Order: sequence, then C-alpha cells, then structure tokens
Amino acid sequence: MSEPASTHHAHGHGAHDDHHHEENFFLKYFWSTDHKVIGMQYLLTGMFMALFGGFFPYVFRMQLAFPGISVPFYGVVSPTEYNALVTNHGTVMIFWVAMPVLIAAFGNYLIPLMIGADDMVFPRLNRLSYQVFAVSVVVIIASFLVPQGGFGGAWTAYPPLSANPDYNLTPWGSTLWLVAVALEFIAFLIGGINFITTAMNSRAPGMRWSDVPMVVWMICIASILFMASVGPLMAGAVMLAFDQNLGTHFFDPKAGGDPILWQHLFWFFGHPEVYVVLLPATGIVAEVITTFSRKKLFGYKTILYTAIGTGVLSFFVWAHHQFIAGIDPRMANVFTVTTVLISIPIAEMMFLFIATLYGGSIRFKTPMLWALSFIALFMIGGVTGIPLGASGSDIYLHDSYYVIAHFHYTFFPIAIIGSFTALTYWFPKMFGRMMNETLGQVHFWITAIAVNGIFIPLFVLGAAGQHRRIYNYNHFAQLSTPDLQALRILATVSLVILLLAQFLFLFNFFYSMFFGEKASKNPWKGCTLEWTTESPPGHGNWPADQLPTVYRGPYEYGVEGRDEDYWPQNVPN
Amino acid sequence: MIERLIQPVSTFAGDIDQLFFGIHMVVGFWFFLVQGMFFYLLFRYRYREGVPTTYVTGKEKHLKKWINIPHILIILCDVGVIFFAVQTWYNVKQNLPEADATIRIVSQQWAWSFVHPGEDGELGTDDDIKTVDELHVQEGMTYHFQLESRDVLHSFSVPVFRLKQDAVPGRVITGWFEPMHTGVYDIQCAEMCGIGHGIMGARIHIESAEDHAAWIASKKGT
Amino acid sequence: MHGKPIANTRSATGIPTAKLAVYWLIGSEIVIFGGVLISYLMHRLGHPEWAYDAAHTQTWIGAINTFILLTSSLFAVQAHHFAEKKEGATAARWLYLTALGGGMFLCLKAYEWYGEISHGYTITAAPFWSFYYTAAGIHASHVIAGMIIMLFVAQTAKKNEELHRVENVGLYWHFVDLVWIFLFPLLYIAK
Ligand code: HEA
Ligand code: HEA
Ligand code: CUA
Ligand SMILES: [Cu+2]
Repeated sequence: MSEPASTHHAHGHGAHDDHHHEENFFLKYFWSTDHKVIGMQYLLTGMFMALFGGFFPYVFRMQLAFPGISVPFYGVVSPTEYNALVTNHGTVMIFWVAMPVLIAAFGNYLIPLMIGADDMVFPRLNRLSYQVFAVSVVVIIASFLVPQGGFGGAWTAYPPLSANPDYNLTPWGSTLWLVAVALEFIAFLIGGINFITTAMNSRAPGMRWSDVPMVVWMICIASILFMASVGPLMAGAVMLAFDQNLGTHFFDPKAGGDPILWQHLFWFFGHPEVYVVLLPATGIVAEVITTFSRKKLFGYKTILYTAIGTGVLSFFVWAHHQFIAGIDPRMANVFTVTTVLISIPIAEMMFLFIATLYGGSIRFKTPMLWALSFIALFMIGGVTGIPLGASGSDIYLHDSYYVIAHFHYTFFPIAIIGSFTALTYWFPKMFGRMMNETLGQVHFWITAIAVNGIFIPLFVLGAAGQHRRIYNYNHFAQLSTPDLQALRILATVSLVILLLAQFLFLFNFFYSMFFGEKASKNPWKGCTLEWTTESPPGHGNWPADQLPTVYRGPYEYGVEGRDEDYWPQNVPN
Repeated sequence: MIERLIQPVSTFAGDIDQLFFGIHMVVGFWFFLVQGMFFYLLFRYRYREGVPTTYVTGKEKHLKKWINIPHILIILCDVGVIFFAVQTWYNVKQNLPEADATIRIVSQQWAWSFVHPGEDGELGTDDDIKTVDELHVQEGMTYHFQLESRDVLHSFSVPVFRLKQDAVPGRVITGWFEPMHTGVYDIQCAEMCGIGHGIMGARIHIESAEDHAAWIASKKGT
Repeated sequence: MHGKPIANTRSATGIPTAKLAVYWLIGSEIVIFGGVLISYLMHRLGHPEWAYDAAHTQTWIGAINTFILLTSSLFAVQAHHFAEKKEGATAARWLYLTALGGGMFLCLKAYEWYGEISHGYTITAAPFWSFYYTAAGIHASHVIAGMIIMLFVAQTAKKNEELHRVENVGLYWHFVDLVWIFLFPLLYIAK
C-alpha cells in the first residue's frame, strides 16, 4: 500500500490508458467517480437549491412588507406556509447550499488538484456521498409537497413541537424533513472521511504540511469539526424520529423525557456547524487575496492556529443559544466567557488577512472584490455576535431580528459571497473559459450594496423588539407602526433588487461556460498546483507520468531576484 | 440606543440598554478601526504600473506587533464585556429580589393565561383573578412570575421590560420584574410554537396603585 | 471499472490509506454513541426511579453476549494474524467464525427482546426502555453492518487478495465490541 512515490509511473500509466475510450454521457456525468465531475454535481445541485433558498425569503419578505397581499409568483401566504417557508429557507440554505457548495463542491474539485493527486483516495465512496446527497435533495423537496405541507417548526426543530404531529400538524413534513437532514449528514460524513484521508495521505511528493494551500486545510478542519460535532445530533435525530413515529417520549416531558436535551444535542452541533461553513470560506478568501495582491499569506501558521483554536473553542459555546431556554442561569456565565473569547482567534484571523494586503500590488478583479467584501461584511456579523454572546443583553436580543441580522451578516458573506469568490476565481480552471469581467463587476456591486439594504434595517427592527418567525406584525401594536413598516419594506425592496441581480450572474455563468474567452492554464498567475495543469484538467488531472512534485509553499509571490512575481510550487528553482 | 426605539419600562431595562450601548461602543471602535485600516491598505497598495509587490512572511518583528498588540487589547476588551454582561445577567436572572406579589403565567398553543393574586395578595387562594391574554400589574411593585407551559415551548417576552424567558412544559420557571411606568404594552411569544406562533400576543397593563386596586375590585366574584 | 487512482497508493503519513479512513470512521461513530450514552446518563442520573425498569433487564443474557462478542474479537485478531502471514484462506475462516459470533449475539438479542416485549416492556413502555432499545438497536445495526462487511472481506481474502482489509474490518469489529462494553454495564448492571 505504501510504496514510495517513484513506483507510481507504471501503475498510474496503465490506469490512465484505460480511459481513452469514450464513455457514454450517462456514465460520464452521472456515474462518474472523477472528483471533478462529482464536485460539479455538488456545485450545480447547490446552485439549484440556492434558487429555492433564495425564492423562499422573497415570498416571506413580501408577506412581511405587504401583509396579506398575493405575492407575485406565489400567492397568499398563510401562517402555516410562512412557518414552513422560513424553516425550509434556513435548512436549505445551510445544509443544501452552504455545505454542498463550499465544502463538497470545492472540496472535491480542489483537494486533489491542489495537493497534486489524480483523484480522491476513495473515488467510489465519493460517488456514493453524492448519491446519498442527491436522495436527500429529493426528500427535502418532497417534504413540502406532502399533505399538510412542509415542516414549520424552525430549522432548530425544538421538540415537543417537532416531535408530535398533534402540535405541529405536519406529520409527513416533519418526518421527511428529519430524514432529509439525516441523509445529508451521512453524505457529508462519507465525503469528509474521504477529504481528510486524501489530504493526509496523497499529497504530492515534497509537499510538507506547511506547503498545503490554506483552503485545503480549512476544508479538512471543517470536515473534522463536522464529524466531531454531528454525532450527538445523529443520535438525537434517531430519538426524534422515534418520538415522531414510534411513540417514544425522549423529548416529551409528560412521559419523563426532556425537551431541553434536544437543544443541547442540536446546538452542540449547531454552533460548530457555523464554523464548519465559515472556515472553508476563509480558506477560499485566503487563496484569492494572496493571488490578487501578489502577496504571501501573512502568518500562514498563525492563521492555521487561529482556525484550529476557533474549532476547539466552538465545542464549548453551544449554550449561548439557550441562555433563556430554562437552563440553570449560572451556566449562562460560563458560556458567556467562552463565547466572547471566541472573538480572539477570529479577530486575529481577520487581522492576518488584512495584513496580507500590506505591501502588495492589489488588482481589483471580480474574485478579489468578492473576497474583500467577504472580509468587510463578515466583520459586521462577527462583532454583532458579541452583544448576543453577552448573556445580559441577549435576554433582550434573543430571538429578535437582531439575531437574524447578525447571522445573515455571517452567512451571506460565507455562503453566497464565499461561493461567488470561489466560482469566479476557479471558473477558468473548471470550464476552461473566462467569465465576463464587466458583467461580473456590475453583479458584484449591485449584490454587495443590496445586501446591506436588506440586513441593516433588520438590525434596527431587532433592536426595536421585533421577534422572529412571525408572519404578520399587525397583531402587535408596538410593532405595527409606520416607521417600522417602512424598514420592512426597505429590506424587501433591497431583496428584490438583489435577486434580480442574480440573473446577471446566472447569465454570465452559463454564457461564459460556452462562449467565454478561452482561458490559459494559469490566467491569474497563481502559485498553487491546480494552475499547472490544463484548463479544464483532463481525466487524472495531469498525465500520469507528470504528476507534480512540490518544492515550496503555496504563496511565494514577489520573491526578490526573480523575473516573475510568482513562483509556482512545482517549479524546481 | 435601544431606548430611542422602544421605551424602557422595567427597573432593569436601563441596565440592559446600557450594556447594549457599551458593547456597541467597544466593538464599534474596533470595527471602524479595522475597517479603516483595511480600506487604507487597499488604497495605499493598489496596483500601480511599475511598483512591484514586496515579500513579507509575517514573521518580521516590526510587522508582527501590528497583530500582537491588538490581540492583547482585544483580550482586555473581552474581559470588560464579560464582566458587565455577567453583572447584568446576575441582576436580571440569577438574583431575585424580594417579591411584593407573585403571578402565574401559563402558556399554551396559542394563548396566554395569567393568574393574579387578587385582593389578599396571595396566589392559590379563592380570590385569584384569571385572565386570558391580558396581564395587569401595578407600577413600582416587584413581581415574581411562575412560568409554565401546557404543551410546547413558548417564550414570555415583554420588549419594553427587556425581559424574555422560555416556558418549558413540565417545569415551572421563576423570574422577576418591576414595572416603572403606567401604560399598555405588548407581550409576545418569542419561541416558535406552531401555526399560531405569529398571533400569540397579549397585552400588559401597568396601572397606578389606585387603578390597579380598582381593576381588582371590578373582578371580584368573577 | 476504473483503476485505483494513484492518490490511493500514496501514503504521506505512513499509515495505509484504508486504515486511516477506518480510524476516522470509528472517530465519527464514537461521537454518535457518545451522544446516546451521555443523553442516557444525564437522564439516568436525574431519575433514580428508572432503576425499577432497569431491574427487569436480563443480566445473564447481557453477560453471555459480552462474552460472545469478546470471543469474536479474539477471532478477528486471529484472522488478522493469518492475513499478515498471507494465509488468506485461513484468515477467511477466522472471519467466518467472527461473523458467527456476531450472529449468535444477534440471536440472543432477539430472544431477549422477544421475552421483554412479550412482558410488555416495549420501546414506549417507559423512558428507560426507549433508551434501552434505541442504544442497543443502534449498536445491533452496527453488528449487522460489521458482519456483512466481514463476509465480503472474507470472499476476497480467500483468494489472497486485499488482505489489508482483514485488519481494517477487525478494527471496526473491536470498536463495535467496545461500544457493547460500555452499553452492558450501563443498561444491565446499573440497577
Ligand atoms: C457562520 C455563521 C455564524 C458565525 C461565524 C457566527 C459567529 C458568532 N456568533 Fe452567531 N449565530 C449564527 C451564525 C453564526 N454566528 C446563527 C445561524 C445564529 C442563530 C441560530 C438560530 O437561532 O436560528 C447565531 C446566533 C448566535 C447567538 C444566539 C443568539 C440568540 O439566539 O439569542 C449568539 C450568542 O452568543 C451568537 C454569537 C456569535 C459569536 C460570539 C460569534 C463569533 O464567532 C464572532 C467572532 C468575530 C468577531 C468578534 C469579529 C472580528 C473581531 C474584531 C473586528 C475585533 C473586535 C472585537 C471585539 C473587541 C470583541 N450567535
Ligand atoms: C446560509 C444561510 C442563509 C442565507 C444565505 C440566507 C439568505 C437570506 N435570508 Fe435567511 N435565514 C437563514 C439562513 C440563511 N439565509 C436561517 C438559518 C434562518 C432561520 C430560520 C428559522 O428561523 O428557522 C433564516 C431566516 C431568515 C429570516 C427570518 C424569518 C423569520 O424569522 O420570520 C429572514 C427575514 O427576512 C431571512 C431573509 C434572508 C434573505 C433576504 C436572504 C438573501 O440573502 C437571499 C438571497 C438569495 C440568494 C443570493 C440566492 C440566489 C443566488 C443564486 C441562485 C446564484 C447562484 C448561487 C450560488 C453560487 C450559491 N432569512
Ligand atoms: Cu407560543 Cu410562540
Ligand atoms: Cu452559536
């Protein structure tokens, strides 16, 4: 199993020759074990789900801005539908957009290319991971087509509401929702094991751990975090499923169960989960800012330590979602301390990214604009986590729109901006063509401005006492004032603008895929290994006898005494 | 900042508003500092013809201090935030002052019922006053509340009090508040509790001593 | 069929790739069982009265099952031993024996559950029983999975192919065994 790398030639060559025959379309795109194809499958599925995840807020925000109207392309929103839309918006965005795009799509696509391997170590397991994921997609979509409609008990699915159809009135929706989420977890566990073992074992000859590109590190750390935190929730999901369908009472206080137990299991996963999506996005940003500022990453190892530190700390903060949930009030103090302290590694990471710009030669191409806007906007989300983590002020802010605004200022930069950063940056590699720069910039500016138009009003609304998951504020005298309504309308209008701008992107994406200008191997002059092969890379990524060997770190930009301002990892000298 | 948007009506509302304001000052300072630095660097080191990039690893002492000093200052700020946060929390949630009266709050899908102590000031006696979706309290009195739920999780939230507490079936959770100004304000349910979550509101009537006595008298025998 | 990727033949850590993956798999399973067990323990400590229900578990069946699983783990070690010596056929025989141990475990379990259910101690009877069936049920599903994988591995091992898999499936089996070592005292002995 573990022969030295030099013996690979013969073996690899044989394997490569097998693939010169034409595969039929089905085998090539649906039954492939090629990590690039699987990455693409995840990407397109994630983008498809983003259409749902983006359409739902359009519907429910229209309802909030203009209560009771018949929403164009949807109709009148009933309270049940409102709840189901919000619940599934949250669930879909996190589990079917952020995770598949940031981790699975780019993890699959980039890990082998960036570590100089021809594929994942377990290609068939990889295919299985996508297939399980595809089933989960079908199940979650099915969950809102069943009688009584989709699950509406919030993405946190707190029992007893979620456990008992007498309370939630969606016997089918809630079970299918749970099954879909569990399947998705399984897909990511399989995928994660594959990512981690690949990165650990299959690096190109010469690649030390400090030569591994940051995004690979981040995806692996995220996969480990996910793996370590999701277990208890898997167990909890089994228990909840039994409560729903077999009549057990794990979470039902009337028969000796405990609803708070679920909250612990959920948030023990839920909080690390936010860093599971954060870290890959920061990894992507690290790649892009180094390339476009022509700078070595400032403090590579320190960034790594901050990521690991964040990951470790994230296991000790979960109860900050439960300060007022009826847990022992003394516990809140412990969790306030850990929560506020997590600002330290994250602040440090942001500082290091910003310090990377120092002394550079910054080019504001579309991917760079996205990466920079990630830093600028994520910081808003980050600092507003502090008033929430401070137990005293969370008494007021909990479950208000302040929380909503806080986490959209983290999630939007991560899931949407992070994805755009990665897509625009690696598009030439993935499809062999360049995206249109002008369209890309127009799309960037509209999106980046509109997102503030959505979520800044929500901070104000939250501070004014507006609660979450309420389909019509007219029932509350203090919340139905014209001033507050104006803010709601502002948010909704900004959202509509933002959504319309996405058509620019989709057009650019599909148009450039077929008609864009042909891309060279290394259009951005990057140092990492994926830029040393064809765009798009062929089967096996490199000809089997030319797999790269690594001589240096991934960010050697501007080294003195060289003609070029970059020094690819695979060039001997 | 909050008090501009919504009136503070309990004795601890002001503390929470202050804490909120204080934290925002601290993080706001850092936020603008960091963003300022960020945009300055973007402008200063933008691409210019003929100006090469530099090779910096991040190990240089004179540059590293730009990370390390803020790092230590942030730890100090964190300690401050934690101190004031815990102090406020302790006063609102952990330390219950002596009660003048106790009320019971029962939540269920999707209504609130309130049990007031009535004339004798004692809960659990015959003259208790039960109401649905309206709570009557007297200005300047310290209340304890016993919060219960009959079915799923709910959350008793009075924005003007800055008070929120989840109701958990099978448990009785005790908390306190002391209303400051008379008026009628919203009570909301702040925990997803099913289809009617969005309409699960109630009103709190804060009355002067005379008005409150009059209200109790009017309920006598019902 | 696609050939094995070159990636699969590298080993930068020095640990064979498949073994590394098994370690990660076991790691991810530990947290699943950890979740069940910690949930159970929190409840159990909070509800001394569960002991009445726990008193109805049949300790001796649990004990025999513990013994069976431990023995089968020993067989798995034997299988590994012969796989190291490249004696695939012998290794396969030991694997069959290991799987047989799993089968006996399941039969006893079925007998035990049948008895309990017919006495009315069903999964909904009391919270203790919910945990009892859920924890042991998740464990049993791992036993089944382990057996199936073992039979597949035995098929290839017989032909002296992919002998490294014998060790890997053995590792997994030890883990499944270990989980039972935790479950047994918690569900049967603590009364
Ligand atoms: C990826 C998403 C993401 C990220 C990264 C974060 C990051 C953080 N979150 Fe957030 N959070 C969510 C997603 C996320 N969160 C979601 C989805 C919810 C709601 C779930 C629900 O109920 O539905 C939530 C809710 C939530 C709550 C519960 C609120 C409530 O319901 O009552 C709390 C409370 O502590 C919290 C805190 C924090 C903190 C302290 C951080 C920290 O990691 C932030 C650290 C970063 C910084 C601090 C910025 C950089 C630092 C500086 C510029 C230096 C200056 C700073 C200081 C001096 C402190 N979050
Ligand atoms: C990753 C997470 C994520 C993302 C990106 C978003 C994006 C958005 N969210 Fe959401 N949201 C949540 C996670 C997320 N949300 C969660 C967890 C909840 C809580 C649910 C609960 O309470 O249970 C929530 C709740 C929530 C509420 C509260 C509802 C309520 O409590 O009543 C609101 C209200 O305005 C809202 C609005 C929006 C809006 C306007 C966007 C917009 O930014 C959306 C814009 C959409 C797009 C930009 C997608 C279209 C883009 C493409 C098709 C391009 C291709 C795509 C890729 C390259 C990926 N969200
Ligand atoms: Cu009751 Cu929400
Ligand atoms: Cu959190």
